[in-house]
Amino acid sequence: MSVIVKNLTKSFNGKKVIDNISFEVSEGEFCILLGPSGCGKTTILRLIAGLERQDSGEIFIDGKEVSNLSPGERDIAMVFQSYALYPHMNVYENMAFPLRVRKLSEQEIDKKVRETARLLNIEELLKRKPKELSGGQRQRVAIGRAIIRNPKLFLFDEPLSNLDAKLRILMRVEIARLHQKLRTTTIYVTHDQVEAMTLGQKIILLNEGVIQQIGTPEEVYNEPANLFVASFIGTPPINLLEGIIEADTGGIYFKSGDIVINLESLESLREYAGKEVTAGIRPESLVPGQGPFSGIIEHIEYIGAEKILYIIPAGKSPSNRVDILGPKITIRTTSTFQGGRGESICFSVDTSRIHFFYKGLRII
Amino acid sequence: MKQKINHTCFYALVFVVVFLSLLPYLWFLNTSLKTPIEITAIPPKLFPSGSLEFYISAIKEYNLMHFVKNSTIVASLTTVITIFISICAGYALARLRIRYKGFIMGSLLLVSMFPQISIAGPVWRIMQSLGWLNTYQGVIFPYVTLTLPLGVWILASFFKELPEELEDAARVDGCSHFQALFKIIVPLSAPGVFTATILVFIYAWNEFFFALLILTEKKYQTLPVGIALFQGQYEIPWGEIAAASTVATIPLVLLVFFFQKKIIRGLSAGAIKG
Repeated sequence: MSVIVKNLTKSFNGKKVIDNISFEVSEGEFCILLGPSGCGKTTILRLIAGLERQDSGEIFIDGKEVSNLSPGERDIAMVFQSYALYPHMNVYENMAFPLRVRKLSEQEIDKKVRETARLLNIEELLKRKPKELSGGQRQRVAIGRAIIRNPKLFLFDEPLSNLDAKLRILMRVEIARLHQKLRTTTIYVTHDQVEAMTLGQKIILLNEGVIQQIGTPEEVYNEPANLFVASFIGTPPINLLEGIIEADTGGIYFKSGDIVINLESLESLREYAGKEVTAGIRPESLVPGQGPFSGIIEHIEYIGAEKILYIIPAGKSPSNRVDILGPKITIRTTSTFQGGRGESICFSVDTSRIHFFYKGLRII
Repeated sequence: MKQKINHTCFYALVFVVVFLSLLPYLWFLNTSLKTPIEITAIPPKLFPSGSLEFYISAIKEYNLMHFVKNSTIVASLTTVITIFISICAGYALARLRIRYKGFIMGSLLLVSMFPQISIAGPVWRIMQSLGWLNTYQGVIFPYVTLTLPLGVWILASFFKELPEELEDAARVDGCSHFQALFKIIVPLSAPGVFTATILVFIYAWNEFFFALLILTEKKYQTLPVGIALFQGQYEIPWGEIAAASTVATIPLVLLVFFFQKKIIRGLSAGAIKG
């Protein structure tokens, strides 16, 4: 069942939270609404659910305009951040609740509850109250309550943010597996880019109520539409260098302070010659070892399979070296990298993987 | 050692306070179980003989159960109506986006601040013009009005404490606002609902002033008025009054004991996040 959102706008107390947003989620797709907190992603979800009314715009679920329908009439299911299990009912009753509201027979209810419990591996918890469950178990029950009536659309509102790191990864895999099995159209809100990248088939990246980019995880990572997307996606974050494009008969260069990058393969940048641009370089596009650039290792983070190096680029003026907030470069490298804090290092850059932004928008 | 003395002092103090609070009740319980001769005996007898003579007389001669019936009708209906309206109003004031919420809550509180004597005249006139003097609704209506502020305040503050996501979940699961309120919010606010119920019931059961004013016919009089009018021109039947007062107190004691359990259960069931 597809979802189409057209020109959605919503204000709270005169402040625009959602500003003319349109997007489409096709049937069976797992779509992520990603963005920093306060960007309006949860509001969009609540508008789709019918828990809020939009100021203007239309929402179509399965081809039908649903703006005037109550949440119960939209045939959707939602999983909340706090799980929102009914504390006075046991697990069985929690999962049976949406079916009871729809007046299914006891027999049918019992059958469905047991089927769903088996699917989620919570059969032995059916008689327990929510307060007797762990975070992960509560999450499963909340998902169970959502999937039990085969809704047209699943809405997830940051469902994993209350879980600890290990459980979050486990549940992430489980949600992905569940989606593969059920193939129900899903809209999933998160501020966690790792969740977004691993779960999503489509990512809608939002900032301050405006869509920044819509694309696959690969697209938003490899072809960020603007500076916000480039800096929001990726850990450690992308290196951003402000500088000028210089072109002469000899070639094209990007100059940022003392750093000069030769861009001979990027002929299309010639038209930006003399203009101020921002270069975005992913930490993995920099390779330590040989290379035209040098700096001093300020800090090393060891993360098992890899190391993150924080480099103060070498410059002519010595003040650069003590400037803590000055430009720094992050390099992602293998854990076999030898070198310690305070040592100088040379590195090269894969110029084909540099992103250039002019006035905040991507040019290459 | 010091701790032991502290402990003893504490319990002694508690005992004194409880004893003083219970003294009037114990006194008329004691009196109700005496015989007519024991009541006026000099020196007074501390322990009664346990006679039920006054109870039988109160029921037979003074028609006690008639007043019990009237009080039950008036107090129960008042409680049901007040609690139902309080639930709806409390929910609206706690959850819905309404303008001037503070003003509404404030004026509710203001209503409950008027001394009864100051509104007695107008209330009587209203009841008279409605033809409701000497009817059940004649007292139920003012009782509901007077107990509503209490109910609304208690319930609104309980409803505010519950996470909104529970209600959202219920709405997505297919409930209307009304269903979400009565299937999810009210059961979870059980302690608040029970507290309000007890307080309203006690008020309506014990209320004397309006009942005396509005119910002048014996047919509709409630217990407090009935008992007060046991007194004849030439005699004060102390024994029967004591027996009737004991009977009048029993439902309240039972109610509190019964609901106390519910309140504790409600509190533990209300745990949202653990």
